[in-house]
Amino acid sequence: MQQTKLGMPVVSEAPSVVRPAMKQKSGLRRFFIAVRPYLMIAPAMVVFALFLIYPIFYMVYLSFFDWNMIGEMKFIGVQNYTNMFSDSDFWQVLGNSIYYMVMVVILEMALSLLLAAYLNKNTRVNQILQTIAFTPYITSMVSVAFIWMWMMDSDYGLLNYFLSFFGVDPIGWLSDPKVAMNALVLVSVWKGLGYNTIIIISAMQAVPGYLYEAAALDKTPKWKSFYKITLPMISPSIFFLALMNIISALKVFETVNIMTKGGPMNSTNTLVYNIYQYGFQYFKIGYASALGVALMVVIGIFTLIYFKVLSKRVYYSN
Amino acid sequence: MTSALKKSPASVKPVKVIRTVLRWVLNIIIALIFFIPFYWMFITSVKTLGQTLMMPPTFLVSEPQWQNYPEVFTKVDIWGELKNSLIVTAGTLVCQCITVIPAAYAFARYDFKGSKVLFGITLATMMIPAQLIFLPVYLMFSKWGMINTYWSLILPSASSAFAIFMLRQTFKQVSEELLEAARLDKAGEFKIIWKIMLPLARPTVVTLAMLTFISVWNDYFWPLVMTTKETVRTLPVGIASLQMTESGINYNIMMAGNVILVIPVLVVFFFAQKQIIKAFTYTGVK
Repeated sequence: MQQTKLGMPVVSEAPSVVRPAMKQKSGLRRFFIAVRPYLMIAPAMVVFALFLIYPIFYMVYLSFFDWNMIGEMKFIGVQNYTNMFSDSDFWQVLGNSIYYMVMVVILEMALSLLLAAYLNKNTRVNQILQTIAFTPYITSMVSVAFIWMWMMDSDYGLLNYFLSFFGVDPIGWLSDPKVAMNALVLVSVWKGLGYNTIIIISAMQAVPGYLYEAAALDKTPKWKSFYKITLPMISPSIFFLALMNIISALKVFETVNIMTKGGPMNSTNTLVYNIYQYGFQYFKIGYASALGVALMVVIGIFTLIYFKVLSKRVYYSN
Repeated sequence: MTSALKKSPASVKPVKVIRTVLRWVLNIIIALIFFIPFYWMFITSVKTLGQTLMMPPTFLVSEPQWQNYPEVFTKVDIWGELKNSLIVTAGTLVCQCITVIPAAYAFARYDFKGSKVLFGITLATMMIPAQLIFLPVYLMFSKWGMINTYWSLILPSASSAFAIFMLRQTFKQVSEELLEAARLDKAGEFKIIWKIMLPLARPTVVTLAMLTFISVWNDYFWPLVMTTKETVRTLPVGIASLQMTESGINYNIMMAGNVILVIPVLVVFFFAQKQIIKAFTYTGVK
């Protein structure tokens, strides 16, 4: 009987089928069959190795140098890191990034859960509303940023005009350091809400109906069955979405670059924008790379927490 | 009997009516939250500069200023950027076909040493965002003298771990008997992929192609950091450069540019809403 060899198709071979071609394979042909899978994955692996994995090591390497992109590279050990940790700007930028992330994730998850519970039933109207809510998600961030920048204009913006009906004084959405970061949070939540809602809805609809029927027999009130059945059952999707939102919030760049340029008073400067500034405006490659390593650590921490929590607490149906 | 029948509609109705009305009010508010910004973009794009600076703002325009659109073309090289966007999108799609299809087939259908580890690495690369590694990649391209070429925009996304993952799932579902029959007919592996696997995986392939189209078309970050000249810049970067005028932002021209940028994706979305929403939700379901 033929055993599955390297490079052979994964076949549960029926013993009765005799394949004469197999018996007369030359050495060269065998070799080709053995390396074939590697040849087939090679192009993709080269792309990943060259443009995703190698750059990470290169970035760590660069973070130990002083370099302005043109002149000599000078090895300075951990100087970039000590500079970074003693720079109050770095802590502000890190704080901004974390604040932005926490706000986006909490608001996004809470609102999309509400909206999903509201639009859960499969009716025509609900489907149309889902589609409308999804539209911003496929719209270019450039357009979204400009539209909101225009609506948030403190003198002629639509937002302040609407708020004036409720007697609210004009808000300097993008010019007030206390407000600007929240304005960027608002834009991000608006853009992602439809996507998150639809994912949660599809998770909700995958919950087996007999659970609700059992709850209905026990006369469980609706909010309670939502809290006791729906939430635990969809928790894997929610945790996955939370991680996706965390990572995408940590890499925010477009809104910052277009709407605020990190201002006013550095209040919306985030890690990625800061790396961009040091790399492409101040040409401090080593320091920018050290910031990159910091961003990598932050992303890594949250990814680890995610997998830790996932393996412990989240309900799985199989 | 009659009294019971008469009584129940009378006592239920008001609550039900209020609920329905409330629901519709809420529906309209939700729809407006997502619709108004798009409407505001469009209506601003056909206003005069003076009309954009009016308080209270106007929601209707009696004489639409269509000439705002040709004016966008005089401020930035829309045709050139459109061409660049198309080249980068098409180039990325072609490269992804070359790298993704064989890899997905190998991971789905062959049992080879290290396949688990290599597939794990492939999945792990999904966790590395472009915003983390753009600086080292820029330096690599600049060392190779490839800044301001299409290659610097295409090559980094020439493969996609997510697409490999999705396509592998699809390829795994094809029954082994079908492939065995083809192999008995002396069909080579290439022929099997081309004639059996791809036609069967067509919905997945179309879905993935749409996802790539939308993400490359919309992408602003990568073309911004990889290029220093106008010559290879794509549409989103060009539209964003409308911001840099000497006399503050003319929002009517700005919004006309944005309409040009948004329309192709919205048209595709309009005709393929179901598939696109399904495609994006795949990304979340895993």
